Amino acid sequence: MTQSTFSPSILSRPVYAVLDSHGATPALMLADAEGAAALIELAERDASVMEHAHLIFIPGGADYGARLRALGPRMYREGPSYAAILPRFRKALADAQMGLRLYLAGTEGLIGQATAEALAAGLPADAIQAEHRGSIARRMQCVHCKGVTENVSTDPFTCSHCGLTLFVRDHFSRRLGAFQGVCVDAETPGIVPPTQEIQP
Amino acid sequence: MTSLMLRVTEVAPLTPLVTRFRFEHPEGAALPLFSGGAHVVVEMPDEGTLRRNAYSLISDPLDGSGYGIAVRREDGGRGGSRYMHSHVAVGDMLRVTAPVNLFGLDLRARRHVLIAGGIGITPMLSQLRQLDRLQLPYELHYAARSRSEAAGLKLLPEAPQIHVHISEEGNRMDPGAILSGQPLGTHVYTCGPEGLIAAVEDAAGRLGWPGGALHSEAFLAPPPGKPFDVTLARSGVTITVGAHQSLLEALEAAGVKIPWSCRGGACGQCESAVLSCKGRIEHNDHWLSDDDRAAQAKIMPCVSRFQGEELILER
Repeated sequence: MTQSTFSPSILSRPVYAVLDSHGATPALMLADAEGAAALIELAERDASVMEHAHLIFIPGGADYGARLRALGPRMYREGPSYAAILPRFRKALADAQMGLRLYLAGTEGLIGQATAEALAAGLPADAIQAEHRGSIARRMQCVHCKGVTENVSTDPFTCSHCGLTLFVRDHFSRRLGAFQGVCVDAETPGIVPPTQEIQP
Repeated sequence: MTSLMLRVTEVAPLTPLVTRFRFEHPEGAALPLFSGGAHVVVEMPDEGTLRRNAYSLISDPLDGSGYGIAVRREDGGRGGSRYMHSHVAVGDMLRVTAPVNLFGLDLRARRHVLIAGGIGITPMLSQLRQLDRLQLPYELHYAARSRSEAAGLKLLPEAPQIHVHISEEGNRMDPGAILSGQPLGTHVYTCGPEGLIAAVEDAAGRLGWPGGALHSEAFLAPPPGKPFDVTLARSGVTITVGAHQSLLEALEAAGVKIPWSCRGGACGQCESAVLSCKGRIEHNDHWLSDDDRAAQAKIMPCVSRFQGEELILER
């Protein structure tokens, strides 16, 4: 699977590029599922990027573990979910020094949350790179109840917290690492447009 | 530019080459406050030539009772600093612009590392006061050739986070050592000779620092050169820029209205469009991108010059 391409949208919508190696500087790498392929291709372009890399992988059913380990990162760990790897990710950021580069690869939910966490830890935005791979499902915040629904793949969708029917916006919060969902039938209760699969 | 006529209330030599000046409002009115790293432009009526030099403010940003600057005498320069040293005395009235800041602190930073070489210490003196007031963590490194030349020693407070490097005493500053091991969210600010700014950028690059965490300021004096002619399309005149005159000064002398702020190639205010260029623009600024320089479609009249057959500006 190759890098995802998204149709042009408002400025708020994050865009992603192909990961670019900064060489053998301290690196923190975080990928989920198909994102592993982006790290493998990054290492194919420049093997030295793995020399000081701490690589964390969330398989999500994708069988890349052995291939990632074979890239020879300085440290390699797997975890079943973002919530499970978060303490390790936070500790790595807390211990890091200026010069650290963060490489993110995979779904927008992972990229958004990890970027927000890294910015909050003081990592400059221009030390962070992200390449999108795999599912285009979104992490959505309900602007009404503030609850976050993960892996939203349809528009509209039902807020998993308050039950409102929400329209999927391209308006993205960097602070929350989530897109904004807005009640679709506020003006005309019960009149809801047909449900569609989210398009890239 | 908004400007004020201010009275010189103190002239205090700090070293053989550096003198501190204080300006106050003649009626004692409060002056506009500023932020750490700001500068003013001082106008000097030097025997028919109006000289304008930018000087960083060294006084407390929240003290409107007066402005302090420190001026290094450049004997090889065009005369502005010589004028300040030899003509300006307590009681004189000089025109001073409102403060402008091109070297502000990035207040998103978790930690601030200030690196100064020589007279480059000046903008950091007001930054220090702002950092102290906001209780933000910082360290300052000040490099000078010798103790007798180090004006900063007379201006800096004594504090454990302030480090002085005197190269004559074998205590040279090592930018790589300063930058390594800094925690996430550190920003670095450099002011001083071009070589120092380049050395800090080089060390930061080697350690993997992203560019957004690096800040620097270097005001340039307009370099002298061969006289050249410039045609101004909108004004419909051709003027000659003298050997020791800047293009900006020549435009002003010809009565052409042009915005300016730093007059040292840093702020971008006086950027002018080039309509025709048969020859080579000597780009001396810190403002235009490499692509802009190569295209020869823009020029910074404050510091840049021209050699060749024809230069036509949109002005």
